[in-house]
Amino acid sequence: MSINTEATPYCEDVIKKFTLAAIFWGVVGFLAGDFIALQLAFPVLNLDLEWTSFGRLRPVHTSAVIFAFGGNVLFATSLYIVQRTSRAGLFGGEGLGGFVFWNFQALIVVAALSYVLGFSQGQEYAEPEWWIDLWLTVIWVAYLIAFAGTIMKRKEPHIYVANWFFFAMILTIAMLHLGNNLAVPAAFFGGSWMKSYNVFGGVQNAMTQWWYGHNAVGFFLTAGFLGIMYYFVPKRAERPVYSYRLSIVHFWALIFLYIWAGPHHLHYTALPDWAQTLGMTFSVMLWMPSWGGMINGLMTLSGAWDKLRTDPVMRFLVSSVAFYGMSTFEGPMMSIKAVNSLSHYTDWGIGHVHSGALGWVAFVSFGALYYLVPKLWGRKELYSLKLVGVHFWVATVGIVFYITAMWISGIMQGLMWRAYDNLGFLQYSFIETVEAMRPYYMIRALGGFLFVLGSLVMVYNVWKTIKGDVADEAYASATSGAR
Amino acid sequence: MATIEKDSVSGQNTTGHEWDGIKELNTPLPKWWVYVFWATVLWAIGYWVAYPAWPLVNGYTKGTFGYSSRGELENELAAQKKARSAWLSKIEASDVGAIEKDKDLLRYAMAGGKIAFNENCAPCHGVGGVGAFGYPSLADDEWLWGGELADIETSVKFGVRNTNANARASEMPKFGADGLLKPEQITAVTDYVLSLASKAPAKGSAGETVYAENCAACHADDGAGNKDLGAPALNNQIWLYKGSKDAVAAQIAKPKHGAMPAWSERLDASTVKMLAVYVHNLGGGK
Repeated sequence: MSINTEATPYCEDVIKKFTLAAIFWGVVGFLAGDFIALQLAFPVLNLDLEWTSFGRLRPVHTSAVIFAFGGNVLFATSLYIVQRTSRAGLFGGEGLGGFVFWNFQALIVVAALSYVLGFSQGQEYAEPEWWIDLWLTVIWVAYLIAFAGTIMKRKEPHIYVANWFFFAMILTIAMLHLGNNLAVPAAFFGGSWMKSYNVFGGVQNAMTQWWYGHNAVGFFLTAGFLGIMYYFVPKRAERPVYSYRLSIVHFWALIFLYIWAGPHHLHYTALPDWAQTLGMTFSVMLWMPSWGGMINGLMTLSGAWDKLRTDPVMRFLVSSVAFYGMSTFEGPMMSIKAVNSLSHYTDWGIGHVHSGALGWVAFVSFGALYYLVPKLWGRKELYSLKLVGVHFWVATVGIVFYITAMWISGIMQGLMWRAYDNLGFLQYSFIETVEAMRPYYMIRALGGFLFVLGSLVMVYNVWKTIKGDVADEAYASATSGAR
Repeated sequence: MATIEKDSVSGQNTTGHEWDGIKELNTPLPKWWVYVFWATVLWAIGYWVAYPAWPLVNGYTKGTFGYSSRGELENELAAQKKARSAWLSKIEASDVGAIEKDKDLLRYAMAGGKIAFNENCAPCHGVGGVGAFGYPSLADDEWLWGGELADIETSVKFGVRNTNANARASEMPKFGADGLLKPEQITAVTDYVLSLASKAPAKGSAGETVYAENCAACHADDGAGNKDLGAPALNNQIWLYKGSKDAVAAQIAKPKHGAMPAWSERLDASTVKMLAVYVHNLGGGK
């Protein structure tokens, strides 16, 4: 435990652990992602082994980046923020925090191994089998107790907006996790203990899956990371939050509307038309509530825009908000059935997800991690802000390669699927569309490689910072002098 | 606890709250943001009126447009069917021979056959029928089961070595695996087959005797093969499973046999006809 100037004892050892775990799993997840991107361009990399086939490694990638990287970032930042903004030490202390930490890391390893060995519920982003789900439930409840307990013993009269978002995330993810994993072990019917079947079948299973899947994006990757944004942007910009009213209105609008949007993943399927309509219209109504967060993030910089020039950490935070704005416009647009009939099942969807995942989630995380590391290890500033700038540009170019390749590939794929010749025959066969996409798969893999490269620059920078080295002292003191 | 103060940059008051040094301005909601939000809400309400939208105790609100995605699909399919019917009815009414003789029908069948081929056949036989290891080329004039139009139509319709009663079926014995030939006999006959393939049969060799006793019944004395049995010709350099000594010996010892679906079970009759015409015209049709 370290003691801050107001003599409030904050638990920071566990935050340090979560921070390092986030960086570690981030690199692992990005590497896994680039490897499977290369598998799509060069199928020989499947190595003809079941354990290394795309189908098994893809959930390793998605779980590693969403839950291992994103999850550890959320644990680190939310438990840091809730203590600071409540002026109270962590409820349950290092003990409860450590319980969440070690169990969560062990769960990640076990889940990844289970995928590689072929155990899966077959539900996207909810692949772990029932017994891993139960384990995660215990961890999540412990996290809820630590978080809510800290809020309960706060010394501030009000609860800060970042904590509303974290709270919404914790409660909603609990509900989604339980709802989507209502599964019965096959052992009850003479099968294996390692296999379970969902209580819902057919289109009902599809609907609960996408109710879960879309709100995992909405409450884990959006609400949670908005919580991060609401703390680190005003802190780093040293400016007040742009609008308290906007934060209230967009918070409630966001959490009320998001939960309806899932059916837009099932347009033109066996899902009843009325459910498709609701999914689509609520997605479109979600546009402005999403942008409320972007406005509050960007406008908080009024009076501090020059920091974009001098502070690459600020650049990560602000660009993340810009990517957030772009993805939350693209999403509602793609949910419109006429657009969806072109974009669905194509690489456009992959591009959309990654502009949100790389541009928003990862960038706001990098900004937060770069802010946290010197604070947690008691350094004045990072080892090198210049290297943060290098990371920023390498990763940004990587994202641009990635998403433009997927836009082109996806739209081309969609247009080729629906093209008829003048005699009324389909113009392209499926295999021709696959051939046409291959160059873009290579560009995507290159973009992913740059993103991995950038994250390795971060690892080096963080390692040197923790060691206590300073590369460009003049630069560091010039920018941190104002702080 | 902080007090309400005026922010010098924006001219807005703060709310008076403060957390870990973070304050909040009391800026009103941006007007455009509010207007666009309500516009999307109004649009949604309009959409709910026009389209199926809200579940009820029994059924759901149907919407004033009478839309259903199933209905939309049926309309699109009907429109396609109507647009194609002029030509397709002629294809349906003609046999493959007649289709090839009518220039316009042939052009139509080639277009329809091409997409059907690329969608269904190309994954094994390659785009343009170039073939691959284990999958015969359809673009040359060497045929396993015959290259006449009628032969090709039969192959497409019923396939090879599948569960269809009319499927083309034949299997070469496993001369090595089942102990029908000794290893040295297999080596000898391999050499002889390779000599046949280079058009210089090794007359009087031990392999010739083995060949005559075991292989010639199907593959013919001169290695010309037998299209009725699907026995490939051995007197050329076209190999389904590669032509190296090891590959040929392996094929004699424990032959691989390809299989092909009966496409009449999966595609409509017109498409099967167009496929047969397309393959016949790929370059090697007899």
